[in-house]
Order: sequence, then C-alpha cells, then structure tokens
Amino acid sequence: MARLDLRHKLSVLADAAKYDASCSSSGTSKRDSVGGKGIGSTEGMGICHAYTPDGRCISLLKVLLTNFCIYDCAYCINRASSNVERARFDVDEVVDLTLNFYKRNYIEGLFLSSGIIRSGDYTMEQLVLVAKTLREVHDFRGYIHLKLIPEADPKLVEMAGLYADRLSANIELPRDEALARLAPQKDVGVIKKAMGQVRLGVEAARPARRDRIKPPKFAPGGQSTQLIVGADGAPDTEILDRSASLYGGYGLRRVYYSAFSPIPDSSSILPLSKPPLMREHRLYQADWLMRFYGFSAPEIGEGASGGMLDLAVDPKLAWALNKREQFPVDVNRAPREMLLRVPGLGVKAVDRIVSVRRYRTLRLEDVGRLTRSVAKVRPFITTLDWTPGGLTDAADLRARVTSRTPEQLSLF
Amino acid sequence: MAVTVLASETDFDGWRKAARDFRLAGVAPGTARFVVQGATSAAQGGLFDRAEPAKSEPRSQRTGRQAEFRVPAAFVDLAKEVILHRSTDRFDLLYRLLWRLGDEPDLLKVISDRDVADAMERAKNVSRAAHKMKAFVRFRQVHDDRGEAWAAWFEPAHRVVEKTAGFFQRRFTTMRWSILTPDGSVFWDGEHLRFGPPATRDMAPREDEIEEFWKTYYASTFNPARLSVKTMQGEMAKSYWKNLPEAALIPELVAASRARTEAMVAAPAPQPNARFAKAVAPDLHLDRPGDVTPDSLEAVARGVQACRRCPLHRDATQGVCGEGPRAARLMIVGEQPGDHEDLAGRPFVGPAGQVLDAALEEAGIDRADVYLTNAVKHFKHEPRGKLRLHKTPNAGEVQACRWWLDAERRLVRPRVVLALGATAGLAVLGRKPAVMQERGAPIALDDESTAVLTVHPSYLLRLPDEAAKAEARRIFVEDLTAVRRRMG
Repeated sequence: MARLDLRHKLSVLADAAKYDASCSSSGTSKRDSVGGKGIGSTEGMGICHAYTPDGRCISLLKVLLTNFCIYDCAYCINRASSNVERARFDVDEVVDLTLNFYKRNYIEGLFLSSGIIRSGDYTMEQLVLVAKTLREVHDFRGYIHLKLIPEADPKLVEMAGLYADRLSANIELPRDEALARLAPQKDVGVIKKAMGQVRLGVEAARPARRDRIKPPKFAPGGQSTQLIVGADGAPDTEILDRSASLYGGYGLRRVYYSAFSPIPDSSSILPLSKPPLMREHRLYQADWLMRFYGFSAPEIGEGASGGMLDLAVDPKLAWALNKREQFPVDVNRAPREMLLRVPGLGVKAVDRIVSVRRYRTLRLEDVGRLTRSVAKVRPFITTLDWTPGGLTDAADLRARVTSRTPEQLSLF
Repeated sequence: MAVTVLASETDFDGWRKAARDFRLAGVAPGTARFVVQGATSAAQGGLFDRAEPAKSEPRSQRTGRQAEFRVPAAFVDLAKEVILHRSTDRFDLLYRLLWRLGDEPDLLKVISDRDVADAMERAKNVSRAAHKMKAFVRFRQVHDDRGEAWAAWFEPAHRVVEKTAGFFQRRFTTMRWSILTPDGSVFWDGEHLRFGPPATRDMAPREDEIEEFWKTYYASTFNPARLSVKTMQGEMAKSYWKNLPEAALIPELVAASRARTEAMVAAPAPQPNARFAKAVAPDLHLDRPGDVTPDSLEAVARGVQACRRCPLHRDATQGVCGEGPRAARLMIVGEQPGDHEDLAGRPFVGPAGQVLDAALEEAGIDRADVYLTNAVKHFKHEPRGKLRLHKTPNAGEVQACRWWLDAERRLVRPRVVLALGATAGLAVLGRKPAVMQERGAPIALDDESTAVLTVHPSYLLRLPDEAAKAEARRIFVEDLTAVRRRMG
C-alpha cells in the first residue's frame, strides 16, 4: 500500500475517532510548564478551543492510532468488515501533531484511542508509548486521555494511569445481550473488570492524611465511559439504571451518551436514520439530575412513560408535573434539597437563593434576577409577594410551561 | 460635578484612589465622573465638566463620620473584574456600589439587588471573555535572530489581555511569544512578561503551515449527521470567527452536511470487505458453558463468570468464586461479595474480610488452609450516588446460586462447613436458620460433613456500641476456635 501523506492520515484517523463523544479536559490535577523543559498546563477548568458546526467542542486532538481493527462491532465505522479507508500513525507522528497543535493553542492535549491490532496488549502498549513519549521525552504537561483496551494486561493499565489524566473504556451498549450480539468479540465482564481496576488505582493514588510519601499518580482526571443511544432496544430507564450502576461501581466522572448516528458504510443490522439528538439531550439532563440534584434513576423513571423520557419537557419538569402535591415550594424557607427539585432552578440559582435569603426575604422579582427564566419557576414557588394559587394544579400547566419555552422543541 | 482622570481604561488603582477620595469628600453617585485620559468621545464627559485630579476636591465637604470607611475584600475583587468590562458606565456602577456599602455593609451578599446583580453579570462577561481568549488565541510561528518564536493577533470581547497573560506564561513557559490586540500587547521572552501599546492586525504574521493540518482535523472531526449551528454559535460567537483559521470552513461544512447525511442513510448495505474473514478475531460468545455439571473448580470459575441463572450478574463487575486448597478440611461460606470483592474478584478482601482474617488468626486457623467462598457469587447492591449499598440476596437468588456452592462442596469435600450469617445458613442447610439460637452447635449434613453456624463478620462492623461489638467478637472467635478443635 502506498504511504499516505500525513494530512490524509489525519483526516482518516480523526474521522474514525469522532463517534466517541468525550472531549473533556477538566478535572485533573493542576500543573504548568514553569520550571520544566516542555510546554503545557492544566488549571482545573477544561477549555474548548473550537466548536464544529455539530455544536461539539474541540478540546483535545481526538484521533485513533490506527483504524485497522480485528473486532467486528456492528455499530462501529472501524469494524473489521467495513470498507472504510484504513490508516495508521507512527508513534512520533501523533506526538508531533499533538505538540504542533498545542504550541499554536489549538488544543488542551490528546485523546488517543485505537482499533485493536494484533492483540489487546500490543495495542495498549502502543497507546502507552505515545503518552510516555509525550511526558518523558517532551515533558509535555497538557492533558492526555487514553482509551483503555479492556483485554490488555493490568500492568499496561497501570502504566497508562501513570501517564494519562483520564482513562476510559466504553460500555457502548446499555444491554449486555445487545453487546454480545452486535460486538461478538467484546465481553462486558472484561470491560467492567478493567473499570474496576481503574477505580482501585485512582483510590490507591489518593494520599491518606498520614502518608509522608505521596503514592504515584494514577489518572488524576478519573475515568469515563460512553453508551450509544438508539442502537439496541434499551429504553431510557434501562440506560439510566445502567449509568447509576456505573457511577456507583467505578466512580466514573462522566457517562457520555451518544445518539447512534448513521455512519458511512454502515451495517445492515442497525437502524439507519437521523440520530435521536433530543433523546440524547434528555438523557444528559437526567444524568445531571442524578449527579447534582439528588434524584435517583427510579425517581426520574416516574416521569417517563413506557420507559422513555418525555421529549417535549425536560425530565425535572416531567417529574414535577407528576408530583404536584410537593409544590409550591417556599423559596424563603424550603431546604436546599427541595429547591433543587423546582423546575427552572439550577444548582447555581439554588445556592444563590440560599445565600441571599439570609439577608433579604425574596420577592418574585429577586428570584427573577437569580435565575434565567422566572416564567418556568413561577408555578412551582411562593415568594413574599407571589403565590401561584391554582396555577400549580391547573390542568393545562404542562401546556403553559412548554409553550413559554418553544426552543426546547426546535432542536430537530 | 466632581471629575477625575484615570490613566487608562483599566486603571484600577487610579479609580480606587479617586473613588476613595470622592467617597470621603461626600461626593454622591451621579455627581462623580471618571474620565479616561486621552479617550475622545462625547460619551466620556460633558463639555463643561472640569477635569482635574480628585485630590484637589475641597476637603471641607468631608464630614467626621465619613472620615474612615472599609469595604469588604470581595468588593475589591469584584471591582477589579468589572473595570475590564467595555461598558462606559462601569466606573459609575462601581462607585454607586461603593457608596451604598456605607449604609449596607452586607450589600454584596444580596446578589438579588439590582446593582449587585448588574455588577456580577458584568464580571461574569469579563470572566467569559478571558476564558474565550484562552481558548481562541491562535499562535503563528515566526523566526527571528534568536530562532523560533510565536505571535498571535486577537480581539478580546473585554479588556482581558493583562488578566490572561499569566495563563499563557504558565502554559507556554518555554516558548517566546507575543499576543497583539487592539487594547494592548503582551510579550513573553522566556523570563519576563512585558506589556506594550495597542497593536494592529498587520503587525501579526499572516500564515502558518500547520494551519492546514488543523483545518483538516476540524473538518474531519465534524459529524454532518448532527448539524447544530445554533449550539456552535452559542459557544463560539461569530465575532471571533475572523481570527480563527478553522472558521473559514464553517459555511461549506454546513452547506454540505445535509447531502452527506442523506447519502449515508440512503446507501445500500455494503458487502463485507474481502480481508474480513482473515482479519477478524473469534466470537467470544459461541461456546458459553451451559448447564453441564462442573467437574473441577476451574470449571466452576468459568461457569460463574458466564452465569445467567439470576439477574445479579448485570450490575456486578464479575462473579467471585471461592478460593483455597481443593482438599481443604474447612470451608467457610459467607453471604456474597461486597464492593471490594466485586472489583478485586476475590472473596473476603474488604472490611469484613479483614475482621475475619484477624479472628481466624486469633482462633489459630491459617487462612491458607481454608476454602473461602460465598453463598451468592455476584454482588447484589443498590447504587446511591458514588457508592453501592449492599442489599441482602433473596431466597430465589440464593437458590439459583446453590448450583455453584453445591458443586464447590462436592469437589472440595470439607469436613466442616462454617456458614457465616443467615444467608450462608440458608444456602448450606436449605432452610432459613435462627443464627443466634443455633450458632456454634454442629449440624449433620447429608454428605457426612458437619455444618456450623455463626454470625457474619460484617455484623460486627455494624454494631454501634463498643461493648456489644467486643462481646460479639469474643463469641465469633469462640465459634471459630470450636471449629478448629472439631477438625482436630
């Protein structure tokens, strides 16, 4: 095969990597290049250096080392039976691209994944080698996210954790049966074991108060995973149960939901249609409710019908419309946990309310200045000068709150 | 009208000094004016304003009561941000807040207040502008007599050049770079940070060869099936596009996306590529062990990993089999793996395992001589945020898993089976025992071995009262010791 020029390889291997939704560069340890020989810093908050017209952020150079693959996962553009063009980077080519992009301030770092070539061990070794070269040869202090090859030797996972900020292994399909059917070379048990190892590694690297010598670093940015939405028959409630189980089991920073998207040269056993973007959006909202608002997966399920979240209203509003007896909530007295359940009040708005009400008794106008849209909040709260009266229990409340926020429906 | 002249648009120290003098002199908001030196425009001041340093304001206006005042540190922090905002009335807003702080010392905590909310909103805009500057500055490579250097032209939404300089210094410490903007410039030579006058676009380099690679990456990482221009523009406002090399591609990417998506959807299912049969790895799911009675502990271990006899496998990491000598005289049966056991894949390695280890040692039993296992092989739990809370397996799950426990008992043939807790008792005896009444007493089993019941070590961990805990532990060790004697 003729040697592909580097730019062409980049286009093939970026295209091959783009179905992984994760691009986060946040949540790792703080460091910079002062006193070092190289470049790079991470200051806690991630930075999105560009946005593509699909609305997704570019924070990292997200590429595959190679898109050759001996696995034949039906949902994947790089599966062995696909006719897609193949390419492979050398270790140094990825290292140079990363540094060249970083110096021009295009990226926060590298997210490197790969098709499986030869074996899980060999593939993981190659990924680790790129990270090692960046860190040890170039003293690169930017962000590195490495894909875990779950079948790889635990020793390689340990090395990956030493160089990478974040590790991720993708579960991909919420239903185990679907994974067995659509990804015949993958074993969900092996993936979960690898995630378990990462959790134990992250916990072991957390210094205890009495430790004099800090334990070696291990993936300070934690781990994440991805679930594809709409490729198997799993309803939303099942997906959220799976997420809750993954968050609890492996201390994940994030579960990413990726609406199954048509791919070039796609397999005939998968649905070929527009990606269910609104469904994906609702799942992210529900995920937020679990992580920051104190909702459990079954509670969110109460607002769903037939296992599916309402596409017309967000899951918190759907829950509240079902639980009207819990409203209205007095913003001047209600505990924080209850304020978090008010549709239209985000975590920031709730924290502001809790802090301001120590000094002032809030009126509706005040609440309006503390949150984005008072119209959505109004039916569910009382303030010094406002009570919703019959509005909270009005039969047409759903229609009223949804008609005020028409942009929720316009994503398609 | 009292007027003071500030050295620059971002002259915080000048503003602070003047505002302090105004405040001490009792100059009310609305009558104090802050004018930036050299700034021309009608917005900057009335024709008849008398511009002069604040120092020359008549001191006689100062009243004794107002001679001293303090502001919270949070105000200084807020003001330093707000002053970078491009709005012309920011000085007046800040002075109004300063004035009001005299009577309302807690004012800044009342973030619902109109002025406070306004100032915080502007501070937020400034912070966002700084964040976007960190994101959207694009360096281009240049060469001078000292070698390679980097330069960028950027137009920030607010006056955040000095505020963000430290970020670029910390990130690109080993590079020599300049950032040129219409507000001013910043230079880093590897050792010192230096600020310079406003610059113009033509002072910056016009191209960089790597930009073609960057544009290739930008176009390739875009997924046309997910087109959402509005989301993109919400985060990357059009005002930034002119200085982003990749933004030139946006119109064509947007225009072509629909046709590209439709082509993907309409394309007929392809034939698998020719190399496929040679290249693909074997299907893992073809030879799952069925219900063949396991004839070795290895077969038990394989079988447990693939077990679907009950739904517990779904949320567990792995099945946890027993471990120990295959001809052990003592088998200890626990309830089920916990959080640690589930991750590590070994029984009794978590907190309860440590209690058991210590008790075994005290009773004179070597853990290495014991076959340790559980009644149920998968961890039953309920997610609670970042934790997994243990849930007791039900009778159906215990019954389903007896298939494996019975196989282990048949293969190891222990003389004594010690069951820890009610669930283990159920699995070993086939009936729910009353642990506290039956503990310690030998119970004959069908296969001529003897069962002994005692409490589960996690019971000791849960007892809140120290005295009760010590007593329970004493009994636990006593039961273990009796088991050791029984085995001779």
